[in-house]
Order: sequence, then C-alpha cells, then structure tokens
Amino acid sequence: MTMIFGIPIQALLGQLLVGLINGSFYAMLSLGLAVIFGLLRIINFAHGALYMLGAFIGYLLLVHLGIGYWPALVLVPLIVALFGMAVERLALSRLYRLDPLYGLLFTFGLALVIEGVFRYYYGVSGNPYAVPALLAGGTNLGFMFLPNYRGWVVVASLIVCIGTWLLIEKTRLGSYLRAATENPELVQAFGVNVPLLLTLTYGLGAALAGLAGILAAPVYQVSPLMGSDLIIVVFAVVVVGGMGSILGAIVTGYMLGLAEGMTKVFYPEASNLVVFVIMAIILLLRPAGLFGRDA
Amino acid sequence: MSEATLHQERAVASVRLERAMIALGILALIAAPFVVYPIFVMKMLCFALFACAFNLLLGYTGLLSFGHAAFFGGAAYFCAYAVKAWGWPPEAAILLGAAGAAGMGLVMGFLAIRRQGIYFSMITLALAQMFYFFCVQAPFTEGEDGIQGVARGTLFGIVDLNVTMNMYFFVLAVFLIGVFAVWRIVNSPFGMILRSIRENENRAISLGYSVGRYKLAAFVMSAALAGLAGATKAIVFQFATLTDVTWQMSGEVILMTLLGGIGTMVGPVVGAGLVVGLENTLATSGFPVTIATGLIFMVCVLIFRRGIVGEVYARWPRVPAKA
Repeated sequence: MTMIFGIPIQALLGQLLVGLINGSFYAMLSLGLAVIFGLLRIINFAHGALYMLGAFIGYLLLVHLGIGYWPALVLVPLIVALFGMAVERLALSRLYRLDPLYGLLFTFGLALVIEGVFRYYYGVSGNPYAVPALLAGGTNLGFMFLPNYRGWVVVASLIVCIGTWLLIEKTRLGSYLRAATENPELVQAFGVNVPLLLTLTYGLGAALAGLAGILAAPVYQVSPLMGSDLIIVVFAVVVVGGMGSILGAIVTGYMLGLAEGMTKVFYPEASNLVVFVIMAIILLLRPAGLFGRDA
Repeated sequence: MSEATLHQERAVASVRLERAMIALGILALIAAPFVVYPIFVMKMLCFALFACAFNLLLGYTGLLSFGHAAFFGGAAYFCAYAVKAWGWPPEAAILLGAAGAAGMGLVMGFLAIRRQGIYFSMITLALAQMFYFFCVQAPFTEGEDGIQGVARGTLFGIVDLNVTMNMYFFVLAVFLIGVFAVWRIVNSPFGMILRSIRENENRAISLGYSVGRYKLAAFVMSAALAGLAGATKAIVFQFATLTDVTWQMSGEVILMTLLGGIGTMVGPVVGAGLVVGLENTLATSGFPVTIATGLIFMVCVLIFRRGIVGEVYARWPRVPAKA
C-alpha cells in the first residue's frame, strides 16, 4: 500500500474528499453570507437555519408529497427564497438605517425560532434522506473509491458557486447589484428599484442556503440542529476570507474544508478546532482577512 | 444616510429615578429569600451579574461580544475543578474562576479587537465556539456529564454555605460587589474614555487615546466579572456543565441586556430577572424556550430597542435641573 507521511494514501484521499464536501458547503454558505452582506450590510445569522430549512423542506416534500430529489432541487431553493424575501420585506427592511448589529440580533432571534419550531415537532434526532437512484453506488477511480453522490455534491457546488459569481460579475442585474453596494442613493436616482434589489438579494442568499441544505440532506442526517453548528464555522470562514470579495468567500470555503480534512488525518482531536485556529492566525498576520479590503 | 447605532437608542437616566430603583431593588433582594424560593433568586442574581458585566462592554464601550458564555462557563469549570480536585475553599475557587476568565478575555480580546463592528462579534463567537469544542474534548471538564457534586464548603473557614440563607447572602454580596465594580468603572475617568470610544472611535484616536488598549482593558474587566458570576453559579448549583459555554448562552446574555435596556445600570438586572423567570415558567409548560427567546429577540430589535428600563427612562417626566 502506498504511504504518504506514514498515512495510507487511501485514508488520506478519503479524508480529503470529506474535506472537499465540507468545503463545498462552507463555500456555498459563505458565498450567500457575502452576497447578503455586500448589499444589505447585514450578517445573516439565520443562514444556518435557512440551510436546515432547505434540507427539511426537501425531506417533507419526499415524505408527505412524494416529490423526489430532482424536483426538490428546484422547488426547495424557491420556497426558501420566498420565505427569505417575506422576512426581508416584513422585518429586515425596517432595520437598514440602524446599526448592522441589529440585523445580526434579529436574524439570531429568527434562527432560534425556526430551529425551535422544528425541534418541537421533529425532535433532535436525525432523519435519513436516501441518495437518489441515479447517483447511488460509487465509482472506482483506480486510486480510490468515490461514492457518486459525493462527487455530484462537489461538482454541483462548483457549478453553483461559479454561476453565482458570473451572475454578479457578468450580468446587467449583477452590475446593478454591485453598483447598489457602492452607492445605493445614486443607483436609486438612476431609476433602479433598490428596495426590490435588496429583497431579491436576500432571496438569492436564502436560495443558496436552501440549495446547500437539499444537497446536504443525503450526505448528513436531516436534523433541526444541522445548521446552527455549521453557521459558526462559516462565520470563521468569512472572517478568514473577508467579505469584500465573492471569489474570496468561495476559495476560502474550499480551502478551509480541505484543511479540516487534512487535520482529520494527521491530528483528529484538533479537526473541530482547526478552522478557528486558522482564523486566529490570520487575524494576527493579516487582520483584514485574506481577500478583505477593509477591516 | 445616518445610522442610529446601538447606543444612540439609549435614554439618559434620571438620577433620582435610578437611585430610587436601586434602593428599592436592594431592599427587595434582602427580603426576597423569605418570600421566593432562594435558589431561584440566586440563579437570577448570577445571571444579573453576568448581564451587567456584558453590558459594561456593549452598553458602555459599544462592543457586541457574541462569546461571553466562554467566560461565564469557563470560570464555572475552573472554580468547580479547583474545589473538587484540589479541595480549595469556595472564595479562593471563585477568585480563580474570575482570574481564569480574565486570562481568557485577554487572549480572546487581543484577537477580536483587531477587527471592528460586525467582524468583532463574529470573531468572539468563533473563539467561544472553539473553547466549547475544547471543553467537549478536554478530560478535566468530564465531557457531557460536566463536573458534578462540587462541595459548597465553608466560606473563609467560618460560614457554612450548605445553609441556604448563608449561601443566599453570600451570592447577594458577590452580586452587589460586582455591580458596584461595573458602576465604578463606568463612572471613572477610564469609563469616560470608554464612552468616548463608543460615541466616536476615530475622534478618540485623534485625541491621542490608544483605543485598542482601552478596548482590551474593558474586554478583560467584562470577562473577569462574567467569570465571577459563572464561578459563583458553579458553587450555588454545585456543578459546571457544557450548557454554560454554548453559543446559546452567549445569546441569552445579549437578550437579557437588550430586553432590560442596553447602557443602563438597572436594565440588565431587570432583563436577567425576566428571562430567568420566563425560562422557569416555560420549563413546566412544555412550550419550547428557544422559540420564546427568539420571538422576544425579534420583537425587541424591531420595536423595543431601548429595552424596558430604557423606555421607562425615556418616558419619565424630566425635572429641569436647578440652576
């Protein structure tokens, strides 16, 4: 058996794959956070709850309505986006003129409520969500065995991340969005409906979280608690990357996922801590974050 | 676009009103254990001190820490461990807890003050979560069980804390000393500089204050007092568990301060009393606590940003100052 640093290469690659999967979710979630923060100046604490909501809606669609994975992949982000847009219209839009910390506190409360409701009705134990038939089984790559679904998650998250990046950087809507980030009053004066843009942006961020949730459902168990622990790690990712750049959020997400996977191989006890340790080191060396423009 | 910051919503206290409330409050607390279940009041007092310590940072320095549970729960672990493993007397163990929390505050604060605003909050949250994971794995915390069966011991070798009333008045004394410390800090020249940082950080810098050092000092003091509260709670309840280091606990202390009134002396105490009372009521009703706390959070942020005490101050008819 081939060994690298005294570790069998299969084990190493296996953990790297796990790291890449986690990194995919970090990337999608920190991307959504960065999109929302860029325009709304709100840190969306409810992002983890929206991710959990996505997974749960997928699960409920399957159990109660018999709607399978592929339709859910479209329906779930739409439902979560509608929910997000309703929240933005009804509540968040009233907070824009206040300290951004109020947005953090409001979404924190929202996260507690969403999580509390699902905990109340479904308990804390996980519910399994079967891998879709098309992606069941695995492929032998010669040097390792790759479960098909996991490969799909990595590919899908890459498509989503690149797609979102293109949407923001290369389309007309994206250019409005970037302009509104720089100077909302001026963009409004040019006749762009900025409040609508804000609502759509929150919807987009929520849809990304919901999509990550339904993608995660077959990998992890669908449980009310799946979002809250993840979101704090994603916050650390965001601190490392700096929220100034969309690309930065994506790259940092994958990098930290891989770093976590590597740590699981060499020093498993620290795998929960490694993202936070990296955050502390980055804060010491480069306080604005790897891709950040302002402190 | 002018942004109303967290502290600008705060109302200025009428001095007479605040004094009257404090005097009445102290009398009520002395009478309380004869009327209400003393353990419950002790729990309220520990959380009230925790919220006051937190408010020193949020209300008077303008820093929103999302990681204060690390100091509260961390100190509880240090204190419980010192009593159980080394047989320390309660007063020494509590001081050790507070000192440990101060040390953690120094490290966390040093990292967190490198960024401002919302990033500061996220960094404190992430570092506290790191401490939580550390506590889950470290052997000395005894994992999911926590440190159980911590002896209350004898205070200064004279007062037996197993007697409920002795315990109560000891907790009340710790609480009053802690709150007095916050009050002294806030109303000292040092506190004035903290307030100037809160009002306008750039101006404070241009006036020549090393803002970073003042923020760090405030952070350490707040952490130490939060630790004092957590360590005392460990002695009262005779255990230290993971619950006190979770992010939910960090959220709870924010809620107490927000509900009572950010930047008021009395507000966090009122808020802590209400939140602890509410949780006690809900615990028997079967309605999930997290939903209730989440809803209160949302309502407070949307329509009630001054908090209860802040609203009272804002509506109280002002007596014009005598010339």
